[in-house]
Amino acid sequence: MDFALPPHVEEYRDTVRRIIAENVTPEMIDRQHESGTFNSYELNRAMAEAGLLERAVPGLGKGDPIELWVLFHELEKSQAPYDSISVALMIAGVINAVGTEEQKALIIPSILTGEALVCMGYSEPDYGSDVASIVTRAVKDGDEWVINGAKMWTTMAHEAKWLILLTRTNPDVPKHKGLTMFILPMDTPGITVEPVPTMGTEKTNATFYDNVRVGDEWVLGQVDEGWRVMGVALAFERGVMGGTSVATPLLRHFHDWAAHVGLANDPLVRERMARVAIDAEVSKLLTQRCAWIAASGGLPGLEGSMAKVFATESYQKASRWFQQMAGPRGLLQFHEPDAAADGWIEYDARHSPVTTIYGGTSEINRNNIAERHLGLPKARR
Amino acid sequence: MDLDLTEDQKAIKEVFSGFFTNEAPPTVARAAEPFGFDRSLWTRLLETGAPGMGVAEIHGGGGASLGDLVVVAEAFGRAIAPVPLVEHLVAARLFPADDVVSGESIATLALHPADADGTWRIVPAGAVADVVIGVDGAEIVAVRSAAPGTGPRNHAASPLADRSARIGERTVLGPAAEFSHAIAEWQTVTSGALVGIAAQALAIALEYVMARQQFGVPIGSFQAIQQGMADLPILVDGGRLLTFKAAWAGDLGKPGITDAGDSNITDFEALASMAFVFTSDGAAHATDRSLHYHGGYGFAEEYDIQLFYRRARGWALVYDDPSREALRLAGRLFPEVNH
Repeated sequence: MDFALPPHVEEYRDTVRRIIAENVTPEMIDRQHESGTFNSYELNRAMAEAGLLERAVPGLGKGDPIELWVLFHELEKSQAPYDSISVALMIAGVINAVGTEEQKALIIPSILTGEALVCMGYSEPDYGSDVASIVTRAVKDGDEWVINGAKMWTTMAHEAKWLILLTRTNPDVPKHKGLTMFILPMDTPGITVEPVPTMGTEKTNATFYDNVRVGDEWVLGQVDEGWRVMGVALAFERGVMGGTSVATPLLRHFHDWAAHVGLANDPLVRERMARVAIDAEVSKLLTQRCAWIAASGGLPGLEGSMAKVFATESYQKASRWFQQMAGPRGLLQFHEPDAAADGWIEYDARHSPVTTIYGGTSEINRNNIAERHLGLPKARR
Repeated sequence: MDLDLTEDQKAIKEVFSGFFTNEAPPTVARAAEPFGFDRSLWTRLLETGAPGMGVAEIHGGGGASLGDLVVVAEAFGRAIAPVPLVEHLVAARLFPADDVVSGESIATLALHPADADGTWRIVPAGAVADVVIGVDGAEIVAVRSAAPGTGPRNHAASPLADRSARIGERTVLGPAAEFSHAIAEWQTVTSGALVGIAAQALAIALEYVMARQQFGVPIGSFQAIQQGMADLPILVDGGRLLTFKAAWAGDLGKPGITDAGDSNITDFEALASMAFVFTSDGAAHATDRSLHYHGGYGFAEEYDIQLFYRRARGWALVYDDPSREALRLAGRLFPEVNH
């Protein structure tokens, strides 16, 4: 095995690092936590101008999955507000894979300039892990579709230009076979957005669809083939587009703080920092494997499940350890003078719980591994 | 970047998986207990060229890379073969005498420095090795002396024994500080073997949970068991990737980086240490789960999983507690600061 990046990817990584160094400031990171909106148009534009975004759309042909991994690995380590652009690029990849020529021409360029964001309407109040059971209806009325229903966790709906929306178009067939995906402008009449604040600062939303009327040109993929479109999106998302390097900046913050306050020579602290470094390295390698499989023409779905489960659960463990080892100062928040690691320790303790939930819970990913990798029977009890 | 085995390694894997599957099914490990050495298996292994394969060609060896040795070690670990292959593979690179390269003489490593009285304690393969290499005072020495042929009964049924660093034909190989490289090679190859144990424990568990029926269905159809099983391939694959990364760094032979705060670690000895900690814990966990899913039968001597359970612990602990190794790793990643 050869773990070194090829020279052209090293060059790409250096460009990513330069853009981060020039654009990601403590003020930008601060603003993200003050506002709860994990996005920076300045950074998106800078990445677009440097040609990073067009190379990072999965399957578009201007970059490769190794670059995609490198981009999000670097962004995540720097704690830049990258979550929103990550989703947008992933959806650009989905549109590129299954969209019409008109959709590609209209939507992909708007994303590649860094200006247009996309939010995802999959989950509903009553359907999360069992997303194939969603009940938001799209009913054909003449030439138009009429959409009614509600979605949960439509993060960035308050800023996004586009919405990708999973609907039920046929209730009379098995649940996976009656779904249709739409791609819609967020300013389509009938869509309303209500904020849902979270423990982890990041703002999300509930969205409501009240007689939203749209034409066939907004169907993404084929009618009743929404589940297949979901599959494309999940295959792009798992692993390589961020979320598996999150323990690294936490370790860096904790170590710097511990060294500063004289905790870093404590053997208990040292052993745990080393264990966090090991788990971070394994998380990186499991993710690097996803990128390599994708670059070799494969679909790293199972490998992505493995990377996600391992990286998020070890991040939670790290977050718990570091907060405990910081003692009372681990309770203090951003900008409080005695806060451990300037408040990052407290923040990660609030942020980490969601990581084993969103993007596929640990349990759903383990089901996936058990059934599709180990070949165990389908189990629902 | 290429995370696949090389064509050579695929061939090596096929040869040694075949060898150990045919020549060393678990009945062989079982029959070799409690001493833990099967001389006739070692003799057959000589014919494959395995003992000297990691030695440079100019010394008459096979010129195999550390990555190649990891491939062999995983096949060896899956079979828990009762021969001291890991120790010999690494020791032969340090002391490539003709009889060691051929495997006619068995060589091993004393993993800890000799006591003040010149004794290496609890040496792996110490009961059967003709040559022991280790640190005595300020030097690395190789000592040829008669193998005792006996040793303390132990958890993993390994041929352990105390050996003298002073009595016998003694060759000085270098300053003691250089032994950390040999330890890193041993950790890397051992990690390969521990990945093999974990992978086989998973395979055994899979077979058992699909065969064993309770409540009228295979217990492998229960989600409680599936969720626990699903962790194991992550530990196997993660451990394998980390072990191969350590081997890659070792084969490059260049000074590496140890920047954990930037997730940029390419230093061989740091990666070997990481692999050792991760695969030690991974093999312990995988054998633990696998044994547990056997129910009471897992505890019974008749079932093979107990053989793997004991070796998963013994092969790692003969060096040290993974937590203490993590503390040593911290020394590489986070230099202590003086206040």
